[in-house]
Amino acid sequence: MSQKKQSLAYIISASSVGTLIEWYDFYIFGSLATVLSTKFFPTDNPTAAFLNTLATFAAGFVVRPFGALVFGRLGDLIGRKYTFMVTLMLMGGATFAIGLVPSYATIGGWAPFIVLTLRLLQGLALGGEYGGAATYVAEHSPAERRGFFTSWIQTTATVGLVISLGVIMLTRSSMSKEAFDEYGWRVPFLLSIVMVGISFLIRRNMEESPMFEKAKKEGTTSTNPLKESFGNKLNLKFVLLALFGATMGQGLVWYTGQFYAQTFLLKICNLDDIQTNTILVIGLLLGTPLFIFFGALSDKIGRKGIMLAGMAIAVFAYRPIFDKMYQTVNVKNKEVVAGSEKIEETRALNAKSTVDSLVTTTTTRLYTDGATYKKVSKLVVLADKTAEAPKAEIKETITINDSDKWTLIGMVFLLISFVTMAYGPIAAFLVELFPTKIRYTSMSLPYHIGNGIFGGLMPAIATFLVTTAKDTNKVAEEAGQVATIAKPYLEGLNYPIALVSVCVVIGIIYIKGDKKHA
Amino acid sequence: MNAIKKILGLVWIALGVAAGIYLVYFQALPLWEKGGNDLVPAIIYTCVLAPLISIGMSVFGYYSVTGEFDNV
Repeated sequence: MSQKKQSLAYIISASSVGTLIEWYDFYIFGSLATVLSTKFFPTDNPTAAFLNTLATFAAGFVVRPFGALVFGRLGDLIGRKYTFMVTLMLMGGATFAIGLVPSYATIGGWAPFIVLTLRLLQGLALGGEYGGAATYVAEHSPAERRGFFTSWIQTTATVGLVISLGVIMLTRSSMSKEAFDEYGWRVPFLLSIVMVGISFLIRRNMEESPMFEKAKKEGTTSTNPLKESFGNKLNLKFVLLALFGATMGQGLVWYTGQFYAQTFLLKICNLDDIQTNTILVIGLLLGTPLFIFFGALSDKIGRKGIMLAGMAIAVFAYRPIFDKMYQTVNVKNKEVVAGSEKIEETRALNAKSTVDSLVTTTTTRLYTDGATYKKVSKLVVLADKTAEAPKAEIKETITINDSDKWTLIGMVFLLISFVTMAYGPIAAFLVELFPTKIRYTSMSLPYHIGNGIFGGLMPAIATFLVTTAKDTNKVAEEAGQVATIAKPYLEGLNYPIALVSVCVVIGIIYIKGDKKHA
Repeated sequence: MNAIKKILGLVWIALGVAAGIYLVYFQALPLWEKGGNDLVPAIIYTCVLAPLISIGMSVFGYYSVTGEFDNV
């Protein structure tokens, strides 16, 4: 018994470490998007700017379901172990290669295309990895503790994000800003090859899943997993049920809690980036043990109730939580220290011209609660007065006091706790929904459509909805009318709230609530 | 419960069609006209979200109406 436990612990840790590294690889691209855009995607080249938007916001996510199909099929044909070794190497290779790609200044238009291609390969690899790892661990676990054991795999996405933020912060702090912009940003990408190498050595000694081995010996493996998964009505209905009754809502809750919270604080509340990342990392670390708790709890009381409760609470709590976050940072709720406002203006020759000038106006304020406000406005003044003047580039940054910081950590923790309820038991739920011979394929596709497409695109769509709402109000105000949208900064939440609500209704009515099934 | 599933099946079909029309006509079309970087969300709405939601929800609704989810 003790040996069995030990080998299961090895299986879980070896699987989890590999999956964690894949998440790390996937996230550093997003976290370093600003630096990458200056190196590979110059804004004065429209094609490169378009590719930048595509690479940053969509490509890696949209391609994930295709990875699920390609590698899911392989996993059901040749085995789980070999397939997730391939995805690990593909992800590691693509990430390492991003760290080696010469910049746009060196090789011109090839740079954005190469980086976009490598980002697509990352998405493909991730699409194949998760289903393999979850299936592999689940097929080794005793049925009555499957929720607990697979929940370790569920922590990897969150821990991967924390490690990616940590490595980037450490690299930044170990060198000057100029050195980081010059070459330091490559370090987190290059470091991936070391982590992947270690994970490869650990995974190399793992044995094939016992359920798959048994099916192989009995000759009951699938000869055409794609056809059996999606061309067969009996199985397709469960794929659709998994998507619309579980993974769609779970993916949205996950990306709203982990990623939109970050985007919201940075871009909509204008909170300082170091404070934002610190708040996020502490909130994530405090919330991570709950993945294991809810995974284990799902073995006792069933998966359905916990997952749907997490989603339902999120639907009702999102607007109050995000409103509280916004109002905590909002300087309109704070009192300015008398005489603290300073305005400095500098004028220099614009870097991209020999005649136009760049006027930089910096406004700073202090608040009685210790918060600070900084607004930098950059305006290009054209020498040719008849030409249309470009819009000023404005960047606002707010820092808050410790008490407000802990308020925000509490809010992020609440968001993460919804994530853990929806996400903790889902690997076990998906594994139990499909038969061994087509499990890898059948569970991977709904998972990656739910998480990669519905969830992954969430921060970009929500930010777009907020911008549209603000523009609508601006047009109304300029026309002398009352602003039509009371809280435009919360408009982005309409997307997850609407879809998660549909998912909860479908889940309640269509998913069986008994422990064996859900 | 099976009767509720059958009635809801029609709701999912209607919702799928309505979501497809909303995403393409009201969200994507103005973005296609703007061009530039707005083409990225336009492509996502038209080629990814709209077909996924409308076809997926409609097939799910159809299965629900035809009793595929009875006693599931």
